[in-house]
Amino acid sequence: MTWGWWVTGFGVIFLFLGSLGIYRMPDVYNRLQAGTKCTTLGAFCTIIGVGIIEPTWFWTTLIIAVFVLVTNPISSHALGRASCISSVPLCEGTKVDQSKGFCRSKDNDT
Amino acid sequence: MIGTIFLVIIGVGVVLCLLRMMKGPTAPDRAVALDTSVTVTTALLVLIGLILKREIYLDVSLVYAVLTFIGSVAIARYLEGGIR
Amino acid sequence: MHKKDNNYSGKDRIEGFLWLFFFLVTLWLLLTSTFNYQEFLVGIVISFIIAIVTHESYIQLGFPPITLKRFGFLILYIFILFWEIIKANLDVASRIIRPSLPINPGVVIIKTQLKSDIAKTILANSITLTPGTFTLDIEEDRLLIHWIDVKATAIEETTEIIGKRFEKYLKVIFQ
Repeated sequence: MTWGWWVTGFGVIFLFLGSLGIYRMPDVYNRLQAGTKCTTLGAFCTIIGVGIIEPTWFWTTLIIAVFVLVTNPISSHALGRASCISSVPLCEGTKVDQSKGFCRSKDNDT
Repeated sequence: MIGTIFLVIIGVGVVLCLLRMMKGPTAPDRAVALDTSVTVTTALLVLIGLILKREIYLDVSLVYAVLTFIGSVAIARYLEGGIR
Repeated sequence: MHKKDNNYSGKDRIEGFLWLFFFLVTLWLLLTSTFNYQEFLVGIVISFIIAIVTHESYIQLGFPPITLKRFGFLILYIFILFWEIIKANLDVASRIIRPSLPINPGVVIIKTQLKSDIAKTILANSITLTPGTFTLDIEEDRLLIHWIDVKATAIEETTEIIGKRFEKYLKVIFQ
């Protein structure tokens, strides 16, 4: 099962790039972009690759991988909405900002 | 051998996340760095299980993923400013 | 999170309960990956209790009834989503590696024609996972998107570029 190691290595590279993106990007929203996309694919490929190397573990690793794939965008979306509501400023060089009317805390509505 | 190299690469990634967590100017920055390092750690646990040949690490990883997902959502609700 | 009034008919309740019960039992079998009858019995009891307690929340999600056409489009959608995820990752990774950090971020609005909550959730998650876009907030039929490389600002153009490629499949699946 050598090609399981290739899948795992592909995932590991993306996990590292995601962490590097977290360190390098200039503001919260860009960090969320790098963190969410790269670590989701990275974790998915790493865990599935382990399942390919050890075929008896395959179904358990598939459950973990699908769970990460489903929940990671949700928690990132919650964090992005929270930083939007607590009005974290956008970085310099942002082109457009149409967020008027969005991101109000629901407590102030009624 | 090759598994150890993978572990070192992921470890450097976690250290980068922790550096951003110490530096991060605002609270959401730190929360985002924590969320990312948690996802990286889930994959790291599965890889450790492969290298040590222990199946129990898979269950640890699954429970870790579930609990930290709930933790991230709770932190986000707190940062929104309303606990309802 | 206020609850809607839940006056579901008996047929709806039984259908929702059965779907949830079979899903939970399948999940249990995948997790234990043995067919020891004691473990299987424990799994059935636990799935039964969870399904009785939470089947109302499951019905509230509003999944449409399964047909062959919907199932085929769902499989097609999953493949397209995977292809888009891999493209997105190569794009973002190339941006991260370059020393000059070539980003051009902005916050834009897109419109959607999907009605049900679960369809809008799947659309938002798909947008989050695909090239350079990230869903920040949803209100009624408008989505607030953070875009790492802004190409257009008018609502019609952004909807065309970001939302259309998923929406045409989701519309078939959920309506």
